[in-house]
Amino acid sequence: MSDVNRGDRPLSPHLQVYRPQITSVLSILHRATGVGLTLAACLIVWWLFAAATSAEYFAFADDILTSLIGQLILIGSLWALMYHSFNGIRHLFWDAGYGFELNSVTSSGWMVVIASFVATALIVLIA
Amino acid sequence: MTSANSDLRTPANRVLGLGSAKDGVGHWWAQRLSSVALIPLTFLFVIPLAGVIGEGFDAVRALYQQPYHAIIAILFLAVTFWHHQQGLQVVIEDYVHGKGSRTIMLVLNSLVTVALAVIGIFSVAKIAFGG
Repeated sequence: MSDVNRGDRPLSPHLQVYRPQITSVLSILHRATGVGLTLAACLIVWWLFAAATSAEYFAFADDILTSLIGQLILIGSLWALMYHSFNGIRHLFWDAGYGFELNSVTSSGWMVVIASFVATALIVLIA
Repeated sequence: MTSANSDLRTPANRVLGLGSAKDGVGHWWAQRLSSVALIPLTFLFVIPLAGVIGEGFDAVRALYQQPYHAIIAILFLAVTFWHHQQGLQVVIEDYVHGKGSRTIMLVLNSLVTVALAVIGIFSVAKIAFGG
C-alpha cells in the first residue's frame, strides 16, 4: 500500500499503558512460571544425576539445594509448579469451551491463585 | 459453518485442514496431550520427591529403588521435558524475530530438552536397578 504517512501513524498501544488486570497478570505469570520451571527442572535433574553418581557428589549437590537460598528457590519453584498446573487446568477448561464469561474468568483466576498457595503450603508442611 | 458455496478454499486445502500456517493443529494438540498427562504425574512425582529432599543420599535412593516411584519419575521426566520443549518453542517463536537466531534457539531447545530428559531418566533408572 502506498502509505505517505509512514512513521507518523497512531500505533497500537504498547503493553505498559494498560492497567494490570487479573486476566493479563495471570496470563503473563503462566508463561513466566513455565520458563522458570525449565530452570528448576534442570536443578532437579542435576540433583538426581548426583544421586546416581556417588555419595560424595550427592552431598555437594544436596548441600546447595538444601541451603537457605536453595530452599527458597525450591519453594518458589514448587509454587510456580502449582500455579502453572492449576492455571493449566483452567486453560484446558477454556480449550473445551467452558468458563469464558467475564465473571467466571475472574473467579477462576482467583481460585487458581489461592489453590497455588494452599497446595504449596500443604506440600511443604507434609514433606 | 460456511456453506460449500461460500468457502474460498480449494478442496485439497480443505481436506488437509492445515490452514495458512501450514502445520494445522498438530502442535497445539500435542501440547494439550502433554498437559493432561502432567496433571496426575506432577503430583505423583513431586509429593514423594518433596518428602526425600533434605533426608539424605540413602533416602533418595531408597525412594527410586521402589519400582512404582521409579516408573512415575521416568514418566514424569519424559512428559515434562516434552512439554518444556513445546512451551519454549512457542515462547521462542513469539519473541525471537531474527531468522537465524530463531532457528538456532529452536534447534538448541529441541536438543537440550532431550538431553535433560535422558540424563534424568538414566539417573533414576540407574538408582532403580541398584547401581
